Amino acid sequence: MRRVTKLAAAVTATAALAVTATACGESSTESGGKKNKGVGLAFDVGGRDDHSFNEAAAAGTDKAEKKLGVKTKEMTAGNNETEATREQRLTSLAKAGYNPVIGVGFNYGKSINKIAKDFPDTTFGVVDSGSAAKNVSGMTFAEHEASYLVGVAAAKKTKSKKVSFIGGVDNALIQKFEAGYVKGVKDTDPKIKVETDYLYKESDKGFNDPARAKDMAKGMLSRGNDVIYSAAGQSGAGSIEEVSKVKGSWAIGVDSDQYRQKGLEKYRDAILTSAVKNVDVAVYELIKSVKDGKPLTGNQTFSLKEQGVSVSTSGGFIDDIQSDLDKVSKDITAGKIKVPSKP
Amino acid sequence: MSRFRSKFDGYKLLLALAAPALALIAAFLLSSLVIAATGKDPLHAFAVMIDFGSKSDSQVWIINKAIPYYLSAAAVAIGFRMNLFNIGVDGQYRVAAFFAAVVGGALSLPGILQIPVIIIVAMAVGAIWAGIAGVLKTTRGVSEVITTIMLNSIAGSLIGYFLSEDRLAVKDGNLFHTPNIPAAGHFFTIPTDPKPIYGTVLIAVVIGLAYWFVLGRTRFGFDLRAVGRSESAASASGVSVKRMVVTSMLLSGAVAGLVGMPTLLNESYNYGTDFPAGVGFTGIAIALLGRNHPIGMALAALLWGFLERTGIQLEFEEYAQEVVGVMQGVIVLSVVIAYEIVRRYGLRMQQRKVGEELSARARTDANDDTAEVSA
Repeated sequence: MRRVTKLAAAVTATAALAVTATACGESSTESGGKKNKGVGLAFDVGGRDDHSFNEAAAAGTDKAEKKLGVKTKEMTAGNNETEATREQRLTSLAKAGYNPVIGVGFNYGKSINKIAKDFPDTTFGVVDSGSAAKNVSGMTFAEHEASYLVGVAAAKKTKSKKVSFIGGVDNALIQKFEAGYVKGVKDTDPKIKVETDYLYKESDKGFNDPARAKDMAKGMLSRGNDVIYSAAGQSGAGSIEEVSKVKGSWAIGVDSDQYRQKGLEKYRDAILTSAVKNVDVAVYELIKSVKDGKPLTGNQTFSLKEQGVSVSTSGGFIDDIQSDLDKVSKDITAGKIKVPSKP
Repeated sequence: MSRFRSKFDGYKLLLALAAPALALIAAFLLSSLVIAATGKDPLHAFAVMIDFGSKSDSQVWIINKAIPYYLSAAAVAIGFRMNLFNIGVDGQYRVAAFFAAVVGGALSLPGILQIPVIIIVAMAVGAIWAGIAGVLKTTRGVSEVITTIMLNSIAGSLIGYFLSEDRLAVKDGNLFHTPNIPAAGHFFTIPTDPKPIYGTVLIAVVIGLAYWFVLGRTRFGFDLRAVGRSESAASASGVSVKRMVVTSMLLSGAVAGLVGMPTLLNESYNYGTDFPAGVGFTGIAIALLGRNHPIGMALAALLWGFLERTGIQLEFEEYAQEVVGVMQGVIVLSVVIAYEIVRRYGLRMQQRKVGEELSARARTDANDDTAEVSA
């Protein structure tokens, strides 16, 4: 029994100590400058140099640094993060006086809208998620429309009549890419077989596991697929590398113009085109609006119509089918072609 | 003889203190070296960590973060104590939290019923998921390491299958999640300034006490530890090893089922594509760090929370983001190695003592003999 009492005493003492300390201690949010320090940018997993999604956002802040003379503070998410961690990251940026604070990726959807209420004077932005607070700008994109276009390009370029799709994570966002792509291929040539697969069912590792994408691409190539579209953030680099090893096969990039990415220079001759998401434009516009004193807020959608998404032409590999793509593109913006956002 | 023992106990105490002290010093030095190698000032890093980590909101954050870590460590430790490596806590808690969230979202009972129902479902599902590995081990002799790892993967696919709009989830922007648990099913919080501490901390305390009592103070706990030390000896003394394996897997799984509860009942109120994964693996590190001891694991869980909290601040201060991950690894390795070194040293000391004592006794015996002969 003696040990029980001792244990109980120790536990009570610790608990009491913790609570007192909590009650009296200074909160970290109390100390913090008010002066605007520039842009606070929180990346999704994969980080700034993912050659894809995050890098597109980074291009926006780079442009703002050059043109508007603002400074940027960057932080990056890790795998398997909890809401608490994301909230803390955003809080530390807002607290230090960064404005706007931008979260890259729908993972920040909840936390940005929550933290924004604690910092009413700061403008927040979130890429790929909606706005649910007054001072939040929710920037969403019509990924399925750009994916439809690269689907058309894939259908026109395949010789084996087999093309495939690799998604990073099987979630609602990446399903948009799949849906648009498959429809684009099938509308162009219904006889073409489309193989679709996802790297992970539900883990965000899908966006920074190039090795797994490489293996999956290898399998797809061995089954005769000759065009592979990867919507998987940093993982995409793995499948692009694998595709570049097989002559006559094409990789389709995503989010950034991946032909122009320095880190992918070695494989660029295998990159047919990229379904570009102009995150850079959206991010830049938000920063500019804050700088001008008229911060953008609310939901903003970027579709083919306002060139929020596009198809890259770098490398000139799709020059021969450009007129076809232009026509399809016109039909989409005119509403003649309905692109599904769910597979 | 009694004087000798008290001296020996002093050694034991010294040795017990030596291990954590050695580990701390080694971890501190190695982490400093790593930070210095990245071209940054390690002392400033530690100053930042201590300063930021002791702020009141940091303390609350750390406690809240430590709750699932502690539960996860307890689940792993139950297995460890009988030499079972339950690597599947990760899958167990996710499946458990998912189905608990589904049930919780579908029911709207008064809170006093709703919360226990959710918790019982979570424990039951966790136990069943772990039990599969237990049954496979006893009936087919499959190593639980293999089955639990594979069950993790199956758990991910199972959740992924059900977590879609036309099955058990609703779509919310780009997220899929189970329907929200009504407000009556939310666990209480302990009001502290500026953010509250999760009431689920009580679950962790109860599990900690139960762990200590059941494993240390009951016949069952003794049998469990006996099986861990030596299966053949335990079965010779009448313990059914097979039944112990299944029972402890079920227990471990039931505790694992609780890991998702702090998040589910105090934070998200649903299971979505953004539900934290990987806590089961963190639990393994924390159980190792806490030496399977109920208080040791609590300290380890808090240390983990502290490192994560301050790690983000380190990144903010332009330190490499990976520094904290390296520190966590270094700490676990230091602790494991330090305890092993101290254990071996203690063993050698003990052997020498016993040897000395025996030879001394032999000498006096010999002297007595000669004395007798001469007499």
